[in-house]
Amino acid sequence: MNGQIRNLFLVVLVLFGLLLVFTSRWTVLEDGDLRASAQNNRDVIRAQRVPRGRILAADGTVLARSVRTRSRGTNTTVYKRRYPKGAAYAGPVGVSDLQFGQSGLEKSQNAFLGGKAVKLATAVDRLIQGDQRGSTIRTTLEPKVQEAALAGLNGRAGSVVALEPETGKVLGMASVPGYDPNRMISEPGYRTTLKNSAELNRATQAAYVPGSTFKVLTAAAALDSGKYTPDTTVDGSTGQRFSGQPLANFNGEQFGQVTLTQALTQSINGAFGNIANDLGGRTLQEYMERFGFDAKPPLDYPAGQIRTSGIRRNDKLIPATSKYVDLARTGIGQDKLGATPLQMAMVVSAVANDGRLMKPHLTDRVVDPDGRVQEEVQPQLYKQSMKASSARQLQQMMGNVVDEGTGAQAQLGTDVRVGGKTGTAELGNIADGINNLWFIGFAPLEDPKVAVAVIVENSPGQGGQVAAPIAKSVIQAALAAGAGR
Amino acid sequence: MSARNREALALLPSALLVTAGFAAIFLKRDAFLSNASLTYGAVFLGLCLVGHLVIRFTAPNADPYLFPLVAVLACFGLVELYRIDESFARLQAQWFVVGLGLFAFTMVVLRDYHLLERYRYTIAAGSLLLLVLPRMPVIGEATNGAYLSIRLGPFSFQAAEFAKIGIVIFLAGYLRETRQVLIHGGRRFLGMSLPPLRHFGPLLAIWGTAMLLLIFIRDLGAALMFFGAFLALLYVATGKKRYPLLGLGAFALGAYVVGGRVGHVQDRVAAWQNPLDPVLFGADIADQGKPGFGSSYQLAQSLFAQADGGLFGRGFGQAELLTRVSDGGTVTTELLPASQTDMIYALITNETGLIGAAAILLTYLLIVQRGFRIASLARDPFSKLLATGLTSVFALQVFVIVGGVTKVIPLTGVTLPFISYGGSSVMANFILLALLMRVSEDARRPT
Repeated sequence: MNGQIRNLFLVVLVLFGLLLVFTSRWTVLEDGDLRASAQNNRDVIRAQRVPRGRILAADGTVLARSVRTRSRGTNTTVYKRRYPKGAAYAGPVGVSDLQFGQSGLEKSQNAFLGGKAVKLATAVDRLIQGDQRGSTIRTTLEPKVQEAALAGLNGRAGSVVALEPETGKVLGMASVPGYDPNRMISEPGYRTTLKNSAELNRATQAAYVPGSTFKVLTAAAALDSGKYTPDTTVDGSTGQRFSGQPLANFNGEQFGQVTLTQALTQSINGAFGNIANDLGGRTLQEYMERFGFDAKPPLDYPAGQIRTSGIRRNDKLIPATSKYVDLARTGIGQDKLGATPLQMAMVVSAVANDGRLMKPHLTDRVVDPDGRVQEEVQPQLYKQSMKASSARQLQQMMGNVVDEGTGAQAQLGTDVRVGGKTGTAELGNIADGINNLWFIGFAPLEDPKVAVAVIVENSPGQGGQVAAPIAKSVIQAALAAGAGR
Repeated sequence: MSARNREALALLPSALLVTAGFAAIFLKRDAFLSNASLTYGAVFLGLCLVGHLVIRFTAPNADPYLFPLVAVLACFGLVELYRIDESFARLQAQWFVVGLGLFAFTMVVLRDYHLLERYRYTIAAGSLLLLVLPRMPVIGEATNGAYLSIRLGPFSFQAAEFAKIGIVIFLAGYLRETRQVLIHGGRRFLGMSLPPLRHFGPLLAIWGTAMLLLIFIRDLGAALMFFGAFLALLYVATGKKRYPLLGLGAFALGAYVVGGRVGHVQDRVAAWQNPLDPVLFGADIADQGKPGFGSSYQLAQSLFAQADGGLFGRGFGQAELLTRVSDGGTVTTELLPASQTDMIYALITNETGLIGAAAILLTYLLIVQRGFRIASLARDPFSKLLATGLTSVFALQVFVIVGGVTKVIPLTGVTLPFISYGGSSVMANFILLALLMRVSEDARRPT
């Protein structure tokens, strides 16, 4: 029988080998997938024992902090997140919670906030000190700008993004309707009461038809290509046929031969239709990319919460050279175009900064628990969108839009001039007069310190009447806060 | 060095291990070292010494490695139980005392274990009775839809733990008697010679009743163990591979039929195939902040715990275990349910990593190797079969629970011998150990 016993032992060996193989599989071979599983909340459970760092506005206002609570059941200390400013900064800051996970800066800067990203000096300190603490994130957000943006929107669905053109700092980022992150954490049923995509950060996640604000990009391509100057004349008559369909000017207004400056000032559709067709798909595509379209803006924000702007067909990005693209209507910002408020703020910011598009960023600096600056974000060039000379010409043309054209309501009423462009993006049926209303602009015209994009959703009126005044108050707030110093 | 001195020496490291383990947990919990770790170490060493002395006086020639190997497992279990909840460790320590008492009792009373062979039918009947009792009213008790335990006053017994020993004794005795007939066979059927029904019948009847009862009381893990031990013994007794192969085929067929029809089994198989499925996991239950969990929650958490451990583990006392803390700090759900019994292997892997898990598996393998060695050395067929059966059922129990926890097979609840919390498991396994030691003593006694 001993031979059989030996064979039996071999079988047991194989069975135990199987156990070892599977244990290895879960512990070292496939552990990554298991750790990343949505069902696995061990990291979050651990993280709540660490006091996360604070998130501050540019002036030191506390936007998020951790408070100690004692768990009755386990007799352990845990930290919960509090957001003193409630819904006002929910878009950029996001939320961090055991149950809902993380979003916004809370997610993208989790390594710093949770105290995981440590440099060597502090790692040694930690061995001595023991407890893990998170670093503080100081943002570029200016409370005055944020307040002006929210006051301007005044509860209407929409979004405002304000950038500092020279540095790429995000001065303000508002999204309405928002949500209160405090209630999100503490009220189990709160989430279901939210309506109209309130959890969406419209500034980065919502792609709107840009409408006439896109003419700034078409004009940039025209000037930069060398084929046009601000005084080049174009046929601006209404009802010209593009792709077989007549294209009407706003209110069917009739223009003859107009200069490029006039075409932008009066937002003449026919003229820009001709320019776009003349430039061709390849040039338009090139300039869209130069201004940041067709790529995720390099914002320090979760990639999953940033939408790429561009021409979409069946929800897939297609180039302007595609046969499905109506070039003339793309040139006036209609057709299949979609752009986020952040993207349009980047466009106007690049023009304002003499063609240099800076990397937008929300984080100004990271400060470790002992007050040492761990990281300071420096201005970085993202793309050279256009030549400085043609950018300056475009700035003057945009100044004209506000001085004597459709953007008059963005005038500050002082000797500080504003450059801008209005947009009234059609939502299909023009007759009911409900549109998405845009304004993009910058100021001061001669030495731009702030660039802003404003959109108000589903609103009667025009961009010049509804969105421009919001932009005006945001620009005033930014200049008062000392943007661009 | 004599066998007994080797044994005594080998016990020291496990007592040191228990001291070190408790020290680690105290450090984690209170940031200072209490002398309780030393107390636990000393008590453990004392218990080991008592066991050693019992062996020294009753079976001086028995295998010197079995007892120290068991001590290592027991110490590992005690440390982990202490880490989960002090009261588990305290009770388990008491069960070890009772178990050791039973061990000593068996060693003394069953000096001639061949007596067991004579009472094989009585033992078989007793085992079947044990299996049917949990389904009886008043004394029966159901946990998670399975009727596993018998309640007598304040105590509850896991019937299958004891029945496994009885069934093995019966099989060993019966096969010793009839193996010649089984080998030489009777009439031929489908190209195979089958033994006469007269000899095969009682075997099938007893075994079949046990299997039916197990399905009846829904203890699938134990059924798997019994069935595996039965096939192993049949193979060793007859030397014919076709019996176990035929048995495996029948089992596969049965599993397919039962697995597809019995809801309780279907659920387990589905949870086994897709433990991370949000519906099976019960993600919606957790999202609403309610207590409770889905059918695959336990297995998924077991895998998460192992992944959390990695190669070296998080260290004693460092695994996330008891709770998931929701708003306001209220406890809603255990993160690793049944961590002190079914899931203890996952917890050990979480805290000591693949290295620790491999050490545990290796310890079990060494015990199994000693068991089979005892069987090889044994001088008569009954002893050989008894040692083989006991070792097989022990090895299979480890395979069933560790395989369930690591997703090799569907998860069914049996205990991890000598490590899991539970009086019945400790007592039954000490009896099993005593029987092996007795067989070993017989085999190694100089003649």
